[in-house]
Amino acid sequence: MNYTLRDPAALPRLCLTALILLLLWPGFQLTEFDPAALFDARSRETMGKFIGTFFPLQTSAEFLQLIAKSTLETLAIATAGMALATLIGCPLALMVTRSLSVSRIGPGPGAALGRAVRLPARFILMFFRSIPEIVWALLFVRAVGLGPAAGVLAIGVTYGGMLGKVYSEVLESNDTRPATALLEAGSGRLGAFFYGMWPVALPELVSYTVYRWECAVRASVIMGFVGAGGLGQQMELSMRMMDGGEVSTILLVFFLLVVLADAVSAFLRKLVA
Amino acid sequence: MRLVHWLTVAVLVALTWASFSYLALDLGQLFTTEALAQMGKYAVSFFPPDLSGNYLLRVGEGTLETVAISAISTLLAAILGLLLALPAAGRFGVVPRAAARLALNFLRSIPELVWAALMVMAAGLGPFAGTLALALHTAGVIGRLFAETLENAPPEPAQALRLAGSRSSLAFLYGTLPNVVSQLIAYSLYRWEINIRMAAILGVVGAGGLGQMLYFSLSLFHQQQAMTVIIAMLVLVAVVDGASAWLRQRLVV
Amino acid sequence: MSVSLSQVSLEFSNGFRAINGVSCEIGRGERVAIIGPSGAGKTTLLRLLATALRPSSGSLNILGADPWSLDRLALRRLRGCVGMVHQAPPIPPRQRVVTAVLAGRLGRWPAWKGLASLFYPVDIAGAETVLARVEIADKLFERCGELSGGQLQRVGVARILYQQPELVLTDEPVSAVDPALSDRIIGELNREAIERGVTLIASLHAVDLALHWFPRVIGVKAGEIQFDLPPMRVSDAMLRELYASETAQVPTQDNRPLAVVPAGVRRKPMYL
Repeated sequence: MNYTLRDPAALPRLCLTALILLLLWPGFQLTEFDPAALFDARSRETMGKFIGTFFPLQTSAEFLQLIAKSTLETLAIATAGMALATLIGCPLALMVTRSLSVSRIGPGPGAALGRAVRLPARFILMFFRSIPEIVWALLFVRAVGLGPAAGVLAIGVTYGGMLGKVYSEVLESNDTRPATALLEAGSGRLGAFFYGMWPVALPELVSYTVYRWECAVRASVIMGFVGAGGLGQQMELSMRMMDGGEVSTILLVFFLLVVLADAVSAFLRKLVA
Repeated sequence: MRLVHWLTVAVLVALTWASFSYLALDLGQLFTTEALAQMGKYAVSFFPPDLSGNYLLRVGEGTLETVAISAISTLLAAILGLLLALPAAGRFGVVPRAAARLALNFLRSIPELVWAALMVMAAGLGPFAGTLALALHTAGVIGRLFAETLENAPPEPAQALRLAGSRSSLAFLYGTLPNVVSQLIAYSLYRWEINIRMAAILGVVGAGGLGQMLYFSLSLFHQQQAMTVIIAMLVLVAVVDGASAWLRQRLVV
Repeated sequence: MSVSLSQVSLEFSNGFRAINGVSCEIGRGERVAIIGPSGAGKTTLLRLLATALRPSSGSLNILGADPWSLDRLALRRLRGCVGMVHQAPPIPPRQRVVTAVLAGRLGRWPAWKGLASLFYPVDIAGAETVLARVEIADKLFERCGELSGGQLQRVGVARILYQQPELVLTDEPVSAVDPALSDRIIGELNREAIERGVTLIASLHAVDLALHWFPRVIGVKAGEIQFDLPPMRVSDAMLRELYASETAQVPTQDNRPLAVVPAGVRRKPMYL
């Protein structure tokens, strides 16, 4: 060979690398990327002091009592929130499920009404679950004040949207023949649901609801950060006071809580399956 | 239904009722006419959203900042995750493996928002804190997945190269990495998509982006501006969802 | 002395004795073929010589050293001088042929060169030359996953030609290649060994290739050496006994029966 071969992949690779670097540069600018800021004297001192207080953990009886109450509060927020979510999600799901639609199996007086109701119901569900739960929490804190009420409402709304969507998907994906048969025999929507779908779909619905409860426990802690009560609100207070010992105790309790919720959820789901 | 099921249902109902009473939540109070009217007034104050040119520009900047936070943090997370995944996959022995796995678990167990609050303390308010927080948390998640992928990768190519006298590091780069790199990239892109959503909300604790704008506008009682920010968040998520679905169809990595 | 085995045995952890008291000496520049039925231990023997496996007992000497008494750096250097072609070359499917071939010299190159070659192949001409010798130069920039089994085997052979080791070990390097081409490739390996004066030890499934090209044939069965002779002295009876448990017919590359040699006529090998 008296000519040298060139790697055909070299040019495309070079161009792609150049493009990525070109896009990363403004990225670093926009994020005000400044590792030096982590290490400047003042922030080092503050962080150093803060980290220094992480150990030993704060284990005074008084504080532990406070945390125990907050943990119960978090669990209560999650449970109450899920109850509210079910109350919101179920009717909306029933409205939205096409397999329960009487008008689907043949022309009838309710066809137009059905369509008029289904679309807004779909929209409401989507609206509820697209807005992040923490944004809902922020809004409810402003609307009803600091404390667990805001958390319960926020979970109720967000998770109601999620439950509604998943419930309707489960109902539509299961065998629809029993329900259709009942609808054709003249039963109403609710009758078709309770006798035609409920027995088969129940395990899946319950399983998903329990899984969502587990997520709700975590979400309740997070929402506490913006004032919706529970462990999260305590952690935010401790952080503001730069008390590392309290923060690490709360973190530990948080991990244990997550593990507990996970175990309970797994147990309940096995029971249902 | 068996007895156990009935018992469980009873317990659940009891617990739910207990939750409501423990919280001393008088939902009835919440739904009185005046409470509802108040909430209604609050809700109405969000409309119409502030669509003035000036503010839209600022929201646009906030969106870009959010995307930048998610991109840089995912990139950092991929690098840190890969570095931790190497010992976590057992390449350097049993003790480094346990230590690396502990580190990865620690990073991912702490929720992003908590990391954000911590980073705001360390690096001050602003997007840098958000970037660091997401980077640390995501590194834990990505690192764990990378470690599993590395452990499942076939060892034969690297072994054959070592038998031919190559040093371990080059044998890894030539023999193992090519087998896993497409999975690593695919998962990183997937986490980037998730991080865009997270980056938007981390700001409520001061970590930059749309979240921070939302918090400020709510605190200043500028509900209409807050509405614009919420709409921007929704649009951003919708665009990202659509783009990733389209990309997934076109590119089979 | 290139390779020396003395009462070497290898027992796997499940108790299976793959190699049983093998003793053998192979000098520098010798070309040896190892034949035998499946499961006889040909691959295990080669892997022992490649220092991939450690003998349970007995002593082993490769290129003048006991590999298992060397420190890590010296063992790595030794392995750089030993090249093994695997039956199914373990190359990542996404890797391109040029990178896979150049990886043969990773043992010899400094670290920066090995790293650089990942981004831009440092010796495209060299890779192309060895690929031409196994007749797939046109696949230079293809991904290995897109090659057929036979083409991938040839890439494995090309990698070894590029590595230029002192001891070349090949484990059924042409089992997936068509008969005419496999003949040319075994010829190429032999040519390489003779030109550079290095040792070639090839395990082959096809007996005709072994008898045709190699001046020394070792028959292995059940982990032991049955015979170690020049091809002229390997009789049909020996071959039949070697392959007794396998097929009715002694295996050849194109599946035609091994040419029957009338008694008294010398079997004519093809040395170069």
